[in-house]
Amino acid sequence: MTSVVQVAPAASPAPPTGRAPRRRRRGAYGRPVLELVMIPVTIAYLIPLYILVSMSFKTQPEIAASTVALPEGFFLGNYETAWTEADLGRALVNSVLVTAVSITVAIIIGAMAGYAIVRGARRTSGPKLMLFLLGLMIPGQLGMVPLYMLMRDVGLLQTHTALIIFYAGSLMPMTVFLYAGFLKTQSPSFEEAARIDGAGWWRTFWHVVFPLLRPVTGTVIIINAINTWNDFLVPLLYMSGTPNRTLPVAVFSFQGEFASEWGLIFAGMVIAALPVLVVYFFLQRHIIQGFAGGLKG
Amino acid sequence: MRQVPQWFLLPALAVYGVVVLYPSLAGALYAFTDWRGSAEASWVGLDNFRQMLGDQTATASLTNTLTIAVVLTIVQTGLGLLLALALNSAIRGRNLLRTVFFAPMMLPPVITGLLWQYIYTPGGPLDSAMSAIGLEGLRQSWLGNERLALWSIIASVIWHHVGMSMVIFLAGLQGIPEELYEAAAIDGAGTVRKFWSVTRPLLGQAVTIATALTMTSSLKLFDQVFVMTGGGPGVSTQTLSLVMYKEAFVYGNYGYGSAIALVLTMIVALIVFLQMSVTRRGEVDA
Repeated sequence: MTSVVQVAPAASPAPPTGRAPRRRRRGAYGRPVLELVMIPVTIAYLIPLYILVSMSFKTQPEIAASTVALPEGFFLGNYETAWTEADLGRALVNSVLVTAVSITVAIIIGAMAGYAIVRGARRTSGPKLMLFLLGLMIPGQLGMVPLYMLMRDVGLLQTHTALIIFYAGSLMPMTVFLYAGFLKTQSPSFEEAARIDGAGWWRTFWHVVFPLLRPVTGTVIIINAINTWNDFLVPLLYMSGTPNRTLPVAVFSFQGEFASEWGLIFAGMVIAALPVLVVYFFLQRHIIQGFAGGLKG
Repeated sequence: MRQVPQWFLLPALAVYGVVVLYPSLAGALYAFTDWRGSAEASWVGLDNFRQMLGDQTATASLTNTLTIAVVLTIVQTGLGLLLALALNSAIRGRNLLRTVFFAPMMLPPVITGLLWQYIYTPGGPLDSAMSAIGLEGLRQSWLGNERLALWSIIASVIWHHVGMSMVIFLAGLQGIPEELYEAAAIDGAGTVRKFWSVTRPLLGQAVTIATALTMTSSLKLFDQVFVMTGGGPGVSTQTLSLVMYKEAFVYGNYGYGSAIALVLTMIVALIVFLQMSVTRRGEVDA
């Protein structure tokens, strides 16, 4: 600390211990001020989430009386009605099934593609990666009509398979980007050793490369699962009005049926939001790092 | 070392080709036809694009889409940076606050759309809040007023997505070596000077990522607008993706809808290209 020399003029008594008096750090007043500023900012930011939860526990007369007051108790009638009327249990199963299968497929074929691109011919690896990255830029709307027609013509509309194929394909750009980027930074020595020991290409991939990719697989799961779970327009187009619809579609249709019964609608919304929020609560550090790190590439 | 056989690439390429490449290419071709679903489609050249120029809904949607993208990119990125700076300092509870500000990112856009639709209803939570702080006169039909609806939607999207910008900037800030700040302090730099001479130049990459991401996602904004206003009142909140959806899937004008989607694609491509070439120049490595 160079500052020690500057203080302690002759007049001031020497500190009783051998320690030098600490000079007040520049900006030391800043911290309490910033904390005071952050309190109202955070409260204001939390109000919408408070409304989301509190509304779901209110009876219709309570809502009519005040839209912001605390609920008088934990009224669960909204949840019961929403769960049965909107068939949310079925929608929850659909969402879990579609998300889990899509992500599993995307991870396996995406990792294979990353492996083929990075450890393939060096000359063509750049263009191959670019081909996949193109998909990050093209808005889904451009291919929406032809893809819808294709799904209709092969008779897959209204099936889970249609959504799983759709997500496996549309998740490829991000997935291949993450896997290829990670694999580039890894030394190929383990793979080479496995090959020398006589392992075939698939064995090498499955037992050596894929486990090696574990850190980035975590990121891939997090980003893809949240995007898939929350997706709305394509499931609406493919699944609307069928029992195979996913949670966001079910809640949206439910809102159309029960237009002004907000208590019910909010209960449905909480049911749709809860699974991701619970996962977020337990894995928040990993999730935040996954998003930040994944996008840095 | 032999190269990996390229059949490893095939499954990914096949499904990506079927879901993204082929449909996008076909959509780009439909944009030049008058296809309406049933019978044959004929090539009409640039007719769809001429029609767009005279279509009040389409032109309004273009203006609205660009407004949303520019405003969101500036405001959301700016607020995200401020939050990141605040939560990167030594304040108490910063880890909890990071969790709080990122939480809405987890929610389905349909849910946040419905939530804010309710918050904005006349006599709803926002109006109650206005009365509570003595701004009775500001009570509004926040989504029913043509001049306000778009801004109300933008505000709700900022609430939903600001955590994403914050997290990108936090990662950027944590990548700046502490020694640089110590060196600057020894040279007598204050808080502002440190930000300007150390933080600002080294945050270049984070700025590129945060703005590119916000810009492209806000150009495609659909769910929240669809849920909150469906494009109204009048044409005040129509966006390109909303008009494309209605033309194609409600009215069955597949050719015209595809033309609108192609315009959106060109705008995204142009902006990504411009943005990469402008902001890349401002990047410095630590």
